Amino acid sequence: MEAEDIKRATWRMAHEIIERNHGLEGVVLVGLQTGGVWLAADIASALNAIEGVEPPLGTLDVAFHRDDIGLRPLLPEAPTKIPFNLDGQAVVIVDDVLYTGRTIRAALDALNSYGRPRTVQLAVMVDRGHRELPIRPDFVGKNLPTRRDEMVDAHRDGIDLGEIVK
Amino acid sequence: MKHLLSINDLGAEGIDEVCRLADHFTEVSQRPIPKVPALRGKTVAMLFYEDSTRTRLSFEVAARRLSADVMGFSVSASSVNKGESVRDTVATVSAMGPDAIVVRHRSAGVPQQTAAWTHASVINAGDGWHEHPTQALLDCYTIRDRLGSVAGRRIVIVGDIKHSRVARSCVMAFTALGAKVTLVAPPTLLPPEVGSWPVDISFSLDAVLSDCDVVYGLRVQKERQSEALLPSLREYTAQWGLTVARAARLHPDALVMHPGPVNRGVEIAPEVLDQPNATLNEQVRHGVAVRMAVLYLLLAADPDLRPEGAGT
Amino acid sequence: MSTVIKGGLVIDQTGERNADVVVEDGRVVAVGPDLSGDEVLDASGCVVAPGFVDIHAHLRQPGAEEAETIETGSWAAVRGGYSAVVAMPNTNPPIDCAAVVQEVLALGRLAPCDVYTSGAITVGRKGEQLAPMAEMAALGVRLFTDDGRGVQEAGLMRRAMEYAAGLGVVLAQHCEVDSLAVGGHMHEGEWSSRLGIPGVPAEAEELMVMRDIALSRFTGAPIHFQHLSTRGSIAMVRAAREAGVEVTAEAATHHFTLTDEACASYDPVFKVNPPLRPADDRDAVREGLSDGAVDAIATDHAPHSPDTKEMPFDQAPPGMLGLETALALALTELNLPLAEVVGLLSWQPAAIAGLKGVHGAPIAPGGSANLCVFDPNETWTVDPAALASRSRNTPYAGRQVRGRVRHTIVGGRPVLVDQEMRP
Repeated sequence: MEAEDIKRATWRMAHEIIERNHGLEGVVLVGLQTGGVWLAADIASALNAIEGVEPPLGTLDVAFHRDDIGLRPLLPEAPTKIPFNLDGQAVVIVDDVLYTGRTIRAALDALNSYGRPRTVQLAVMVDRGHRELPIRPDFVGKNLPTRRDEMVDAHRDGIDLGEIVK
Repeated sequence: MKHLLSINDLGAEGIDEVCRLADHFTEVSQRPIPKVPALRGKTVAMLFYEDSTRTRLSFEVAARRLSADVMGFSVSASSVNKGESVRDTVATVSAMGPDAIVVRHRSAGVPQQTAAWTHASVINAGDGWHEHPTQALLDCYTIRDRLGSVAGRRIVIVGDIKHSRVARSCVMAFTALGAKVTLVAPPTLLPPEVGSWPVDISFSLDAVLSDCDVVYGLRVQKERQSEALLPSLREYTAQWGLTVARAARLHPDALVMHPGPVNRGVEIAPEVLDQPNATLNEQVRHGVAVRMAVLYLLLAADPDLRPEGAGT
Repeated sequence: MSTVIKGGLVIDQTGERNADVVVEDGRVVAVGPDLSGDEVLDASGCVVAPGFVDIHAHLRQPGAEEAETIETGSWAAVRGGYSAVVAMPNTNPPIDCAAVVQEVLALGRLAPCDVYTSGAITVGRKGEQLAPMAEMAALGVRLFTDDGRGVQEAGLMRRAMEYAAGLGVVLAQHCEVDSLAVGGHMHEGEWSSRLGIPGVPAEAEELMVMRDIALSRFTGAPIHFQHLSTRGSIAMVRAAREAGVEVTAEAATHHFTLTDEACASYDPVFKVNPPLRPADDRDAVREGLSDGAVDAIATDHAPHSPDTKEMPFDQAPPGMLGLETALALALTELNLPLAEVVGLLSWQPAAIAGLKGVHGAPIAPGGSANLCVFDPNETWTVDPAALASRSRNTPYAGRQVRGRVRHTIVGGRPVLVDQEMRP
C-alpha cells in the first residue's frame, strides 16, 4: 500500500464510522499509543471534513493493563489523555495493526476506568490475522494475511512488511 | 533494579525514569476509577518499625491503585514487642511470599540488611538518619512539576541536616539531577565532614534566601535542645526559621517545601505554609504517583525480572 | 615421650637459625641439627617460634557461654598459634573479685592452652569504686582493666594507678571518653556521615590516652593502652615513651587490616569498639607496629552468637573474632620481617602480661616448651564455618590470607598437629 492507498482507506473508514453510528453524535476516538495515534488523528480530520464536526480525540497507553506484565519489561511509552467522560458514548478504539488482540483486550480493560461506554468499536489500518482472543475489528483498512514471524508496520506513507530479527 | 535502598541505586537516569513513569500514574490517579491491574497478583508487605502515617498510607494507596495486595504489619500488633529479631520477622514475612517489602526502621541500614534476608524486592521507606529515597523522588517530581526541571535550580535545605534521612536522600537526588544545593544549619546540626558532600554550606539563612529557587525546610525535633545541639527552639526559629519576613524576601516563584510533618511556627511560619508557593500538599499527592512508579519499576518493569521466557 | 620438630627455621628473641627442636616433659631439651624423638612433627618450610600470647581475648565465660567458653576460645587460640591467652573481665558476673578469678582459672586448667585472666579495675566495671586488686593479684592476676569501658573519672584512675603500682601489677586502659562516644556506633567521619550512623570521634580515644599518660607520669605507675586505633593516640604513646613515661600499647589485628568503609555494608560483623577507622589511622597503626611505638598485636577476640550479633547496626554489640586469623593478617597486611611479627605476637605481649620466661621465652634447652610452628607462605581462605570458636562473627569471611599455623605445643604437649586439634 502506498500513501494514497492509506489515505483512501482512512476516508473509507471515516465514512463507515459515520454510517454505523448514524452520524457523529456521541462518537469519540481513542488512539492507542503509539501506532494508533496518527491514524485516530487522521480519521478525526476526515470525519470533520465530511460532517463538519470534530469528534473528541483521546490517546491511551495500555502498558498498565497488559496481560504480559512480569513476563517482560513493560514501560508506558507515551501519555494517556482521555479528557472526557466515556459514559454513554460510542468509543472507537483506533490502532494501526490488529494481530493477537491482546492490546485491544488491554484497551477495553483500561477504558472501563473512564466510565461505561454505550458501545465500543474498533478501527485498524491492517488486520494481519493470528487472533488469540475473540476480538474482531469493525473497520479495517486492509486485510493482510501474514506469517507469525513477519513484522508489520503501518504508517501514513504505507505498510512495511519485514522479517522479525531474532 | 531489584531493590530501592538508596537514591544511589537509581542515579540521575533512574530518577528521570521514575518521574516519567510517575507522569503516567498521575494520569491514572485522575481517572474516575483510579486503579490499574498492573500488579494484580503481587503482594506488597509493609514492615513499619517506626510510626509513620503519611509514608505508610502513601505506599498502601500506591500498591492498591496498582491492584497489588497489601500485607500490613504494625509493630504494636506483632511479635516485635515480644522481642522477635528483625531477621526473624523478615523471615516470617518472607515466608508468606510477598513480592516487595517496604521497610521503615529507626536504625540506619535495616533495609539493606533486609535485602540480604529475603527474596522479595526491598524498598527503603526511611532508615534512621540514613535515607528516605521515595521522599527525595517525590520532591524531585514536585520541583520538576512546578519549575520544569531540577537541573540548574538553586535549592536551599535548611534545618536539622545531621539527623535527617530526607536531607541525605535529597542531597543525592538533587545534585545527581544537576541542582546546586546549599545546606543551611547551625554547625551542631550538620553531619560530620559535611565538607565532602557535593554542596555549599551556610550558617545563615538570610545570606542565601533571596537567591534561591527552592527553600526546603526540615523538621527540627524538640529533643535537640536536651542534647545541647540547640539552645532553644525559639533561638532556632529566630535564626533559621522561615518566618513571614524571610518568606517575603524570596523570589515570587520560589517554592517552599517540607517533607512533613511540620512544626508550625518553628521551621516555617503558618502564614507561609498557606501561600501558593508552598507545596506541602502537592508533595503528599505526588507521593502516591511516585511510589506507584517505584513499585511498578521494581515489580513489573525490571529488565532482570524474568530473563528467560520473555514473549510478546 | 619426646617430640621432635624437624626441619624448621627457629625464630626467637635471640635470633634465627635452622634447627630441630626436641621437647620432653614440658621443657625444650635439645635444639640442633638432625635430632630425633618419639613423635616427629614436620616443620619443613615453617617457622618454629615461641607460642603466641594474646593479652586481649574475650572468652565470655562465665555468662555468655552461647558465644564462647573458655574451652572453645582456647581451641581457637591454639589454632591461631597461641600458647597463652589473657581473658578479659567483662563477663557476667565480671571478673572483679577472687571468687570469679578462681572460677576462670579453674576452667582454664582444663583448656588446651594456658589461660590467664585480667581483673577489673573497679567493682562491676562501673568506674565507681576500686575492685579488690590485691586479692586478685595474689591469685596471679597481672593485668587490670575495665575493658569495654574506660575508667572515666580521672581521680579514680589516679588512685587505681597508685594502688596498682604498689602491687606490681599493670593497669590496661580501654581508652574512650563516654561523653564523646555515647550513642556512637562507628568512627565519626565521612563514612558515618554518609551512612547516617552516629559516630565516635577519634578524640574520644585520644583524650583518655592523653590523660592517662599524664597520670602515669604523675604517679610513676606503668600504663598499658589497649587496642589503640588512631594516629593521634599512637603519636602520643611514641612521644610519651621517648619522654621516659612507662607506657606500653597494643593494636588489634582489625585496626591494621580494615577501615571504616567496611561499615557501608551495614553488616554488624564490622562493628567493633574502638571502631574501624579511616585508612590514615590504619596506616598509623601499621607504622606504630613497625617502629615500636606499639608493642604488641592483640586480637580483641570478641565472640557473639548470631542471635545477638545479627541486629540492626546500631543495636548490635561491638566485637569480632580474631584468635584464628591474627598471625595470617599480620603476615598478609604488615610488611615486617618475620622475627618482628613473631615478637609482636609472642615475647612482647608476654612481657606486658608478666609471663616472661614461661611464654615467649627463647627456644633453648631448659626453656618452657610453649611453641608454635607456622608456614609463613601457605595461603588459605577464611571460612567462618571452619573456625574452632563457638561463634562465627569473623569480618574476614572469604578473605584470602597468607600464613598458617601448623602445630602448637603447650607445656610440651602437641595440642595442634598438622592443623588438627588433639584433645
